[in-house]
Amino acid sequence: MSAPLLTIEDVAVELPTPRGNLRAVDHVDLSLEAGRTLGIVGESGCGKTMLSRAVLQLLPKKAKLTGRVMFDGEDLVRLDAERLRHLRGRDLAVVFQDPMTSLNPVLTIGTQLMETIQEHLELDAPAARKRSIELLAAVGIPAPEQRLAQYPHQCSGGMRQRIAIAIALSCEPKLLIADEPTTALDVTIQAQILDLLAREQRRRHMAMIIITHDLGVVAGRADEVAVMYAGRVVERAPTQALFKRMHMPYTEALLAAIPKLETAPHTPLPAISGRPPDPTRPLKGCSFAPRCRYAAGRCHEAKPELKGAEMPGHLYACFHPIQMAEEVGA
Amino acid sequence: MMQLAVRDEPLLNVDNLVVEYGLGNKTVHAVSGVSLQVARGETLGLVGESGCGKSTLGRAVLQLRRAKSGRVLFDGEDLTAMEGEALRKMRRRVQLIFQDPIASLNPRRRIGDIVAEPLIIAGVKDATERKRRVHEVLGAVGLDPDLVAGRLPHEFSGGQCQRICIARSLVLNPEFIVCDEPVSALDVSIRAQILNLLEEMKARFGLTLLFIAHDLAVVKAVSDRVAVMYLGRLCEVGPSEQLFAKPAHPYTGLLLQAIPVPDPDVRPAESVATGEPPSPIAPPSGCRFRTRCPRADQRCSAEIPELREVAPGQFAACHYPLA
Ligand SMILES: Nc1ncnc2c1ncn2[C@@H]1O[C@H](COP(=O)(O)OP(=O)(O)OP(=O)(O)O)[C@@H](O)[C@H]1O
Ligand SMILES: Nc1ncnc2c1ncn2[C@@H]1O[C@H](COP(=O)(O)OP(=O)(O)OP(=O)(O)O)[C@@H](O)[C@H]1O
Ligand code: SF4
Ligand code: SF4
Ligand SMILES: [Mg+2]
Ligand SMILES: [Mg+2]
Repeated sequence: MSAPLLTIEDVAVELPTPRGNLRAVDHVDLSLEAGRTLGIVGESGCGKTMLSRAVLQLLPKKAKLTGRVMFDGEDLVRLDAERLRHLRGRDLAVVFQDPMTSLNPVLTIGTQLMETIQEHLELDAPAARKRSIELLAAVGIPAPEQRLAQYPHQCSGGMRQRIAIAIALSCEPKLLIADEPTTALDVTIQAQILDLLAREQRRRHMAMIIITHDLGVVAGRADEVAVMYAGRVVERAPTQALFKRMHMPYTEALLAAIPKLETAPHTPLPAISGRPPDPTRPLKGCSFAPRCRYAAGRCHEAKPELKGAEMPGHLYACFHPIQMAEEVGA
Repeated sequence: MMQLAVRDEPLLNVDNLVVEYGLGNKTVHAVSGVSLQVARGETLGLVGESGCGKSTLGRAVLQLRRAKSGRVLFDGEDLTAMEGEALRKMRRRVQLIFQDPIASLNPRRRIGDIVAEPLIIAGVKDATERKRRVHEVLGAVGLDPDLVAGRLPHEFSGGQCQRICIARSLVLNPEFIVCDEPVSALDVSIRAQILNLLEEMKARFGLTLLFIAHDLAVVKAVSDRVAVMYLGRLCEVGPSEQLFAKPAHPYTGLLLQAIPVPDPDVRPAESVATGEPPSPIAPPSGCRFRTRCPRADQRCSAEIPELREVAPGQFAACHYPLA
């Protein structure tokens, strides 16, 4: 096994709010090797975006970050602004849910692409233009030459996301973070964009983090999945292992609550009752305890640590894990 | 054409409905000749990509947007021909639930007043009676009336706001509700709660539903029959199980293939769809799906495919339906 490209070590993010301190990310450890895809799933507000912003060093100003983010041998948390700017947009790239977050509405698509390329790759204007056209073609934009002169608002949502991806890929990044890249798009377009990301990731041997609330999106496309709940990683495993034999009651509940195509109409869904805890009022015990059907004893008193299951690389944080070896055998 | 079995009585019968929007000197062909029926007590699911005209159709059914042509028969009466008092009376029997629960609640009004509003508009003067109804529906959607009635919308989560919207839609005892993407803005765990609630309310109050969504699995979970729309036209309609097991229209097939399945053994199909939907300002001639359809030929651009019965109760508008 090669050394990881990215290692997130004990990262915590706190945000001051009028209601008190909000623990958005609660001591997370993760790592990712070159050429691999990590999926991060969890409900709205569980800290997915804050975690990715901690990696990119793009947190809100008032946020307090602790821990280390080792990327390609450097701790991003301790880098100066100049070096960070150089890394972002070159080795470290990001695609957001709303492509307009990364696109500038008053600049043409050509200008935006060529600026990024020229700044980071030291190409002259004609070479940058040629490269821009190639990139737009690679992400499936028809008539790329004509697109260069257009503005983002002249493109559909799916097109804009393709363009944002083209810009993110333009400098051959080592790591691409895609934060809900398809949530705002229709299913047919969603499939096209996910295919595009997977294809470029393989071709470039790039590491990728896909953030989503849809277990379906990561199932077929991530090598490894981390499930987050209330700021913590509560289960982490190679994708196959996670879906075959999950140990965390929350993962089970999340999967069960999704309507399935093969289920007959009018079958009641196994819903998770209640909702996630208020992040400014951390619970003493397991954060999932108020909603967990296995909760008992210690669950309300202490926080379960993330620990290893029988499979290497499979971790879970639960006092009463499900589907353990002895149960499955019995 | 009647798409229902003979024994079913259509509560809603939409006949060749056309709805357009003016956009500068151009016309948006949002709904172009849609016909469908919803039987009493049934849930008809309506799916399709963003901008295909689902909300426009739902709003035109309720006469919140007037149609250019076509008819909307509700319980045998043509709503498109109604005005004033007659329409107002009819509106008590039909309700709408929106996608964005938080935005559809007035932030400055208390929950009790929000839910009571339809009663006031409908002229229920007795305050005790109004309070009784409000308590009844809030209880029915799983909220404690004494705890929530005095509070403001911002004190509630998205899922709770959707419960409040559902309570408001039930307060006049309607027969028919258009649910326009009622769970799209909600988290997976909350989504299941609300879908279960809608099913429960439907049984308890004997409702008929038109359920709009873009998520096929969500639609299937609650619908007896499903209608698929593309760029202002109906592609296919039929019983849920049958339509998902054996889609006849190439667009339905494509939608089904594109769904991400939460199972790592199911490899995602490689780029099933090519291209994106064209603009409803200048829709393609003939079949509107032809610019993205792998089966398209000359005939598809020359001739508009009519909705035809391809299997019992299943209708598709395609010259070359899937076998
Ligand atoms: N700028 C901010 N100031 C204060 N709190 C914030 C800010 N941004 C996010 N939060 C809070 O931090 C927590 C984590 O938010 P985050 O955006 O990371 O969630 P997420 O998992 O990305 O959710 P979603 O799926 O909705 O995007 C939430 O409780 C959120 O309300
Ligand atoms: N008030 C309006 N004026 C002009 N065009 C409109 C108006 N409302 C909707 N449209 C257009 O009509 C078409 C149908 O819109 P509609 O909102 O019915 O689609 P939809 O299927 O509900 O989409 P979504 O899934 O995004 O809600 C779209 O092209 C839309 O841009
Ligand atoms: S620790 Fe207890 S409450 Fe938490 S998930 Fe496990 S069983 Fe449930
Ligand atoms: S009519 Fe032609 S273009 Fe339209 S769906 Fe059928 S085969 Fe495709
Ligand atoms: Mg987020
Ligand atoms: Mg709509």
